[in-house]
Parts: sequence; structure tokens; C-alpha cells
Amino acid sequence: MAGSNPNAKPMNLTLNVWRQPNRNTEGRIVEYKVKDISPEMSFLEMLDVLNEDLLHAGEDPVAFDHDCREGICGSCDLFINGRSHGPEKGTTTCQLHMRKFSDGDTITIEPWRANAFPVNKDLSVDRSAFDRIIQAGGYISVNTGGVPDGNEIPVPKEIADRAFEAATCIACGACVAACKNASAMLFVSAKVSQLALLPQGHAERKTRVENMVAQMDKEGFGACTNIGSCAAECPVGISLENIAMLNREFIVAKATSNNLA
Amino acid sequence: MLLDSKIPEGPLAEKWDKHKFNVKLVNPANKRKYDVIVVGTGLAGSSAAASLAELGYNVKAFTYHDSPRRAHSIAAQGGINAAKNYQNDGDSVFRLFYDTIKGGDYRAREANVYRLAQVSVNIIDQCVAQGVPFAREYGGLLANRSFGGAQVSRTFYARGQTGQQLLLGAYSALSRQVAYGKVKLYTRSEMLDLVMVDGVARGIVTRNVLTGEIENHAAHAVVLATGGYGNVFYLSTNAKLCNVTAAWRAHKKGAYFANPCFTQIHPTCIPVSGDYQSKLTLMSESLRNDGRVWVPKTVEMAQRLRKGEIRVQDIQEDDRDYFLERKYPAFGNLVPRDVASRNAKMMCDEGRGVGSTGLAVYLDFAEIIQRTGAEAVSQKYGNLFAMYEKITGEDPYKLPMRIYPAVHYTMGGLWVDYNLQTTIPGLYATGECNFSDHGANRLGASALMQGLADGYFVIPYTIGDYLAQTAPKPVDTQHPAFAEAKAGVQARTEQLLAIKGTRTPDQFHKALGHIMWEYCGMARNAEGLRHAKTEIQRLRKEFWSDVRVVGTGEELNQTLEKAGRVADFLELGELMVDDALARNESCGGHFREEYQTPEGEALRDDENFAYVAAWEYQGDNQPEKLNKEELTFENVKLTQRSYK
Repeated sequence: MAGSNPNAKPMNLTLNVWRQPNRNTEGRIVEYKVKDISPEMSFLEMLDVLNEDLLHAGEDPVAFDHDCREGICGSCDLFINGRSHGPEKGTTTCQLHMRKFSDGDTITIEPWRANAFPVNKDLSVDRSAFDRIIQAGGYISVNTGGVPDGNEIPVPKEIADRAFEAATCIACGACVAACKNASAMLFVSAKVSQLALLPQGHAERKTRVENMVAQMDKEGFGACTNIGSCAAECPVGISLENIAMLNREFIVAKATSNNLA
Repeated sequence: MLLDSKIPEGPLAEKWDKHKFNVKLVNPANKRKYDVIVVGTGLAGSSAAASLAELGYNVKAFTYHDSPRRAHSIAAQGGINAAKNYQNDGDSVFRLFYDTIKGGDYRAREANVYRLAQVSVNIIDQCVAQGVPFAREYGGLLANRSFGGAQVSRTFYARGQTGQQLLLGAYSALSRQVAYGKVKLYTRSEMLDLVMVDGVARGIVTRNVLTGEIENHAAHAVVLATGGYGNVFYLSTNAKLCNVTAAWRAHKKGAYFANPCFTQIHPTCIPVSGDYQSKLTLMSESLRNDGRVWVPKTVEMAQRLRKGEIRVQDIQEDDRDYFLERKYPAFGNLVPRDVASRNAKMMCDEGRGVGSTGLAVYLDFAEIIQRTGAEAVSQKYGNLFAMYEKITGEDPYKLPMRIYPAVHYTMGGLWVDYNLQTTIPGLYATGECNFSDHGANRLGASALMQGLADGYFVIPYTIGDYLAQTAPKPVDTQHPAFAEAKAGVQARTEQLLAIKGTRTPDQFHKALGHIMWEYCGMARNAEGLRHAKTEIQRLRKEFWSDVRVVGTGEELNQTLEKAGRVADFLELGELMVDDALARNESCGGHFREEYQTPEGEALRDDENFAYVAAWEYQGDNQPEKLNKEELTFENVKLTQRSYK
């Protein structure tokens, strides 16, 4: 049953899905058929249909991460036909709709592939490395209470807007999955830029970038070789300029560091 | 038990300051001797966990997500209210208090709401200091916008992603405390029971969703910040994983559940497109400033439209019914959420709905596009139009949007006193999880305000008062109550796996959602509610004999997780129906068809129903006991709302 277009035809599809019981067991691609898929469905709703079918057949449904299904929580993370979040630009998997596919298509669905993101099960991966990078310095050290009035420090609109653009990163990991080096530079640079741009973040500017980059390396993410596939595949449009800013911040911090460690 | 709201004595404006002075303090050296569990890492949970850790308490924070930042607060769009009066337009703490009480249709507690308005100003300062990139004017100062239910501009925002930015601020504060070792973070851990020792909250039982391990955790106090229960309707604007389980288990251990039938239905959501629909997406309320709502004048025309025999463009101006403008000439398309939602439903019930399902009305921008040009409209609503097109495949610059109301927020929740403590000593509830501040209807941009008020500025004071009266002795999980609770969780998990029935958890969930939406949704009546009660009882019985879960409990098993949540929704649903049935009046989001004015508007009964309904659990399949907390209004005058 279609919503906007009563004439939209349901589709039959072949899915090649990565199945892996847990991180210690080898995985493999398994083929499934799904029938009568409405073009109005979201990609995840199509997977819901597959999972209901599997459940009725007594088989283990495909595990995948998802939550808000409106493109903002960053939970969903599928590598679809060799691309992070699939074929539509600027779109998370949950906002990708089946009208972007055609009847008879074969769709390959894999988890993010990166050493720093081990597979939990099937399509679900462990992205806790991102949390640890933030814990290494992705904050401004203020306690609750005792802060100045919100209008005490004016922030030029252009600066506030640029900081906002960087701050919209949803930490989905598409950048890492898209990168041939599995680099997390775009993710790290978005947070570093946001806090380096705002006057509130200046006090910890140097230690922040040093610590976050050190943690990034420790987690096993690869190096950045300026290919730019991260920004091309980012569902929320985080710009490569952030990586340039991260590099600048990092060099200045290292050259003038008070951090003797 | 007698309900004591513990509202401090004295004039409204002085209550919170006096209370802060009167509460007992824990001396700095002793704070590290207390452990506090915080469940949930949305705005209310992250802010509480970070603030308590900063004070020196040992905090354990739990989330079933892979990261605290995934909590559903992240999806809030519009903004956060604060009585800053930066715009010099007459705002004040009292005005924000007054608007919130009135917006809630006079079913909230004056003292709590006043405190909320007071601390609202501190929230903005805190978030700015954390690096939250709020919208700013060219001079570098903070920008504001207007929102429904207020005549002043007091809403702070970060484009259409205010919730995201505020949550990332709270998440950064939480991450800092994790780095300091003051917060121990448990991700992918779902709370499945509360543990009580000697009548007080002493810990929780969790399930590690990756390994299936059932774990006990002890603390001197427990804070639930686990959000609302809108997903009882299956389809809502909530995230897929949002559920009532933590709050419900606490309820079954003795925490009263307040006003469960108060749910908010948001009028402008993208409609259901088919049976496979998994969730509904909100389109910001601001669209009603310029969009005109209509349906075809005749059922016959609507039918042809649904079949695809005619197109929307074929319907002449004279054949369109702009029903909100017709019925409410004074407010037109800008009537409050509950009124707009109910009227859309009425049109669809008459058979005049549009879209292939017939469950949608048009929100048309043709006039404003003609008057000001597509470019001007894009400046204002570009991102919303783009999101609409992504989901529906239709271009709202050319065709009217189709919208339909959807469940959005639950005003009800665990009953708490002025200290945000539930009826269980040592158990607190914050944010949407509690019932406290929004009465029978929440105003836009007030949910973020309440979540952060509770976490940053209320709980850090009030929990200290309780802990100061608790011995600073180490707590552990040795008490038999822990083993017992753990065994209970284990048994339930095994039971769900053992049924091996024929219907999936989603099938049961959808069936429940259908009952709730039909009989306990936008409009309710006694007959329908009684029918719903029987239906829910039948469905619950079927669930426990026919649900199908495959796999084991010792692995990532998302079907098992779902089944547990649906089981709790099946119990909560009945309580919501009981509550709606007991409240013989209409107020805010609760519209009982028997209680309306001759013009079809909500008819409150202040004489008999100006109370909080706090339900007390009496055991499995027993009717719950209704306790009443009378609401007294000393600072506002109760009036009937009118939008004609």
C-alpha cells in the first residue's frame, strides 16, 4: 500500500546480507529474497519486513542498530552496495527510501568495516572508540553553576554558524567506513573545530586537540591521506575544512605546547 | 499512603530559595562515600549524572544505547524556553510560569512550574559555557524565536536541531566526568528491575544487551531519567527503542504512576503510508504559521482522490474546506496542538481524509508561495521541505503537504514530590519520566527546559537532602533482595523464550497500538475505553501464550528486548485506559467526548478533577488504587480556553 502515490508498484528484491554471530566468529554473506516491498518504505522498514519473515520462519533476525529513524541519532550504520548509508547523498540509512531502488535489484548490505569498529553481531558494530575520543578532551571544562550570563561573551554570527555546522556531526561513523584508511579525522575535526571556533573553548584549545588526536591514534584508526571520501559520504555534510582546521590546531599546539607529557 | 508533595511554605517566588537553604547538605569529604545510579543518558540523565559527579558523588550511568549521545532528546527540533527577557518584550519568570500552567490546562503543580521558570535562565548560561552553538544575532548576542502558547519571544534554538546540540553539551559534561573516573558508564545495559532493601531503593538489575548477562548494581540512591511512554501507541514520533520498562518496573515496586492518560498528540506529522510503517516523523509546528489546512468538501471527491482518479490540482478552490479557518476564525490554522489534532481526525473520520490511506489532511503553501515567492518560503522552511520530500518523494513547493496527528510526548509519568522523589524513598524521576510540570498539555520548547532543569539544577540539591540522612556506609549487592530480583529477571527472560508461539512482538505491539490509538487517543469515551480495557486484557493473555522469540538470552537478541518492552506496554496500556475512564472531564490532551461545550471544545471540571491521579500498583491483574493529590491554585485564576 503506497502513501503519496497510489500507482507505485511493489518490488521484489534480492538481499545479500552480512551475517556474523559475534565478534569472535567469522561472518559471511547470506542471500535473502524479500517480496512486495513498497517504494514508500524506508530502507530500515524493508529490513523490518525481512526480519518478520525470518522470525516467522524460525530463523534468527538480522541485528542492526537504529533508533530515531529520522536521521539525527546516528545509530544506523549500514554499508549499502559499497557505500556508507547507500546511494543517496546527504542521507542516513533510516532516511533512505526504497523508491531509490528498482524491482529486481540485488542489494548488498554490510556493517561498517574498520578495525576500530569491531562487529557485535551481523550489521551492528562497536563504535565506543568515538566516545573514548570525546572523553579524551571533546568538552569545555565547566561545572554546573557559576558560569557567566549567556550574553556576557558575544560570539560573531559567522563564527557561531560555523561552529554549529561542525557541531551537527551525528557520530555515525560513515566517514570511517568510507575511508580506505579507516581514518576518523572528519569526526575528530568536527569537535575540535566547534570548540576551537567558540571563545568558550579557547582555554583548553591546545590540550584538547593533542589529547583527542592521541586517543584517535590509540584506537587504531588510520591516517588521513586527503582523499575526501569521508566528507563526500557524510550524511550531514561535515566539511573537509574541519580537517584543515584540525591540522592547523594540531601543529600550533605541538609547536607551542605546555603539555610536557 | 498519604501523598505528600512536600511543597515548601511561603510565597511562590521564595519557595525554591528557602527550600535550598533548608535542605540538608552532605559535606564535601563525605560525598565520595555515596554512590548514585542514573538510568538513561538523555538530557535529564546526562545532566544529572554529570552534575552529581562534579559535586563528588560516585555515579554509575546506564544506557541501552551504544553511546549516551543516541538518547532521543537528540531529535528535539524547535528550541528551549527561558525567561531571559533578552528581547525586552515583557517576559519574566512569572510570565513563563503563567503560560506553562495555562498551557497545561491547570493540571500542574504551581510550585514546581514556578521553579522551572526560575532555573530556566541558568540553563541557557550553562549550555553557552559548554559550547552549545545557539543561534546568534549579528551583534554576537543570542537570538530568540516565538513558539506556540506564548506572546513573547523566549525560545533559544540551534536551527532545527536544538535537542541535538543541548544533548551533545550534556554528553560532553558527562564524558568529562567519565574521563575523571567519577562516572562509570554502562552502555548497552538495559534496566529490567529495581531493587529495594528495607523499603528504600538500593539498586537495579540490568541486562547487557550484547552478552545477555544479567547484572546487579547497588547504590545509595537511584535516579530514573528514562523518558516517556509514547511508544505504547506503537506509532509515535518517539525513537524505536523508547519504552516504559524502567519506570514500569519501579511502579510495580511501589512508585505511583501519575496521570498516565495525559498524552500529547502533535498535529503536524508526516502521515502513515502503510502497514509496514515503523515510526512517524514530526514536522515543526512553525509550518502552521503559513500553511493552510484543508480537505475536500465532499466524501465522494476524497474517495476519487484516494483512488488516484483525480489529482489534488484538480480540486477547485470552491471544493476545498479550510476547516480550521472555518471553525476558528480568530485563530485559524494557529489553534493549539490538541484542537488542531482533534479536528484533523474528525475530517478523516467523516471520510474526507486524503492520501491513499485516507488518514491525512493537506497543509498547503500555495498561497504564501504565490504571495512571497518560493525563495522566501525556502528561507523560512527549506530544511523542513527537504525532509518532507526525502520521506514522501513529493515536492511541497508544488503539491500540498499531507499531514496527520501523531503521538509525541507523554505528560504523565512517575509521581514525584517537590524534590523529584517518587513514592519510593531514594528513587527519583527526572525529565519526561516524571509527571511534574506540564499538566495535561505541554507547550512547545518546554520539554528540553524541564529535562535540563531537573538534571542540572534541581536533583543536585534535592538528592543531597536524602543522602545526608542516609549513613555513608558502603553498599553492595549481597542482600538477598538482589539475588531475588535477578532471579525474577532471569525467569522472565526464560519465560519469553519458552513460549515459542506464532506471533512476533511487533505484531502484538501493533495490535496494542491500534487499540490505544482508536480508544485512548485523540478522543475518548467511556464505552470505547471499557471496550479497550477488555481488548488489552485479551491481547495480554494471548501475548503470554503466543509470542514468538527465537534465539537465546545469552547473545544480542533484539527480538527478546522488544518482547520484554511490549509485555510492559501491555500492562501500562490498561492503566492509561483506567485513568482516562476515571477522569470524567476533558482537559488538555485528554478529550472525553462526553465532556465538551456545545461548540465541541474541551470542558474542564475544576470542582471535581483539579487533582493529580496517582495510581498505586496492587499486584498482578489486580485493579490499581487511585490516590489523589489535590491541586491548589493561589497565584493564577482558572479560566476556560477559547480560540473562536
